[in-house]
Amino acid sequence: MITIDSLSKTYGTTTVVHDVSFTARTGRVTGFLGPNGAGKSTSMRMMVGLTTPTSGTATISGRRFADLPNPGREVGVMLDASAQHAGRTGREILTIAQQIMGVPARRVAELLEVVSLTGGEADRRVGNYSLGMRQRLGIAAALIGDPQALILDEPANGLDPAGIRWMRALLRDYADHGGTVLLSSHLLAEIEIIADDIVMIGQGRIVCQGAKAELLQAAGTVVRSADVGALQRALAAAGVATTVSGDGSIRTEADPALVGRAAYDGGIVLTELRSADSGGLEEMFLELTADTQRERTAA
Amino acid sequence: MTATTIDQPRTVRRTQIKPIPLSRVVRVELRKMFNTRSGFWLIASIAITGLIATIATIAFAPDKDLTYYTFAKAVGFPITVILPMVALLSITNEWSQRSGLTTFTYVPSRRRVILAKTVASVAVAIASMMFSFAVGAVGNVVGSTIAGTSTVWDLSVGHAATIVLGNLVSLSIGTMLGMLLRSSAGGLVMYFVLVLLVPSLSALLAASQDWFKHLQPWVDLPLARTFLFDGMHTGAQWAHIATTVALWIVLPGIFGLRVVMRTEVK
Repeated sequence: MITIDSLSKTYGTTTVVHDVSFTARTGRVTGFLGPNGAGKSTSMRMMVGLTTPTSGTATISGRRFADLPNPGREVGVMLDASAQHAGRTGREILTIAQQIMGVPARRVAELLEVVSLTGGEADRRVGNYSLGMRQRLGIAAALIGDPQALILDEPANGLDPAGIRWMRALLRDYADHGGTVLLSSHLLAEIEIIADDIVMIGQGRIVCQGAKAELLQAAGTVVRSADVGALQRALAAAGVATTVSGDGSIRTEADPALVGRAAYDGGIVLTELRSADSGGLEEMFLELTADTQRERTAA
Repeated sequence: MTATTIDQPRTVRRTQIKPIPLSRVVRVELRKMFNTRSGFWLIASIAITGLIATIATIAFAPDKDLTYYTFAKAVGFPITVILPMVALLSITNEWSQRSGLTTFTYVPSRRRVILAKTVASVAVAIASMMFSFAVGAVGNVVGSTIAGTSTVWDLSVGHAATIVLGNLVSLSIGTMLGMLLRSSAGGLVMYFVLVLLVPSLSALLAASQDWFKHLQPWVDLPLARTFLFDGMHTGAQWAHIATTVALWIVLPGIFGLRVVMRTEVK
């Protein structure tokens, strides 16, 4: 379990991370979501002691990272897959991790297998790796000490769709075995695929957090009918506020059961009725971060 | 692509995890000095230039100079130049190559990492000097045999010890600059400024300004270092060495270490 309590970081007069608190729970994959520059990486660096917080604490299973006797055995960390000496081979980088953590030498070969790097690839210098290969190597280094928690900054960056699916399966399995995963991303789609819980951050502040399922539910319903006007009237009669999207669908914050009942009562034939899942969360992501986006047009 | 499962269950209980001993950090830091192409060749160049220096001494030095001290000096020179770079790069690479992001998460105590790097550099230094004394001895025997002169062993144990000390002083210039600048390019430039440019400026100033002539041995580290290589003669020289080392290595080193401890690793 990773517990973040009122973490703040101020540079001069600029506050980069403001009073961030959340918990990444055991057996769950927690997605740390936010636009670029929202303070995700700074928060993660503070969790592992690379950046000193201005105030607040971060603990892993109740202990500060710096107090862990052999951190690699308890928390696997990957903050930047490219932050490696370009002249070292992938196998050497894993060997360094294996030796410093004091785990058996066979772990190197085991982990290369886990992240699907071939022997030939492992013997190449990291300077020649693609970003996807570096991410795999970084994941291997994070897992080599058999830790109970993972802190990964943008791990899916540079992975192809098959690679993202692979990572989802890997992290799912890890969490199901009692591990805690905290990963960041600036891409909603990635987080939606991989995470169980979502912590959304914008301009250094947490804007919302909770289980993905709940957040999705909160996003409401998308409904369609051949007669948009009639459907709107029927929903209005049931006291449901609606907005019509450009594509002719109707969005509402009410849940699908209520919308279906209202349509039935009004005798309206529906052509589509569903939770506003990805679209809803994306809308929320853009809305919640609209004030904090560099591109104001993004929303 | 199939998803490979992590077969090993997390059964290791946290109480079984022991702290990382310093010896292990030293061993890994030593490995990191050799396991990149640039690092390997940098250290290999100590041996290569040492051998070249021996051959050159046999070929070009006048017969009367074919003594052990001549050989030890010739073989030792590359060490004096290259070792500080080894010590410097082992520190600056963590920032310039950004590998510090992993190094300092494996070992959160940066003081221990720096200590391990320093111990590893000293180990490389000791090994290189043993090598240079051995190669120098072989060169001395071979050289004097070829020249037909008697083999002269004119390096006392005491003098050898001050040469070792001199090389360790050189090495610590690299360690100090590494902590202070945390940049490979900047560190190497400053290193050459300090050992090549500063001595000539200092000599120039001493030649023209009388007040500086007396001050020079107290503030000129490269000059004080030559006392160690040439053999110590007076107690005042020890005082010069202590003063210049405190001024140029200990003080900025302490400052550099404080910065390393506090700075953000990105």
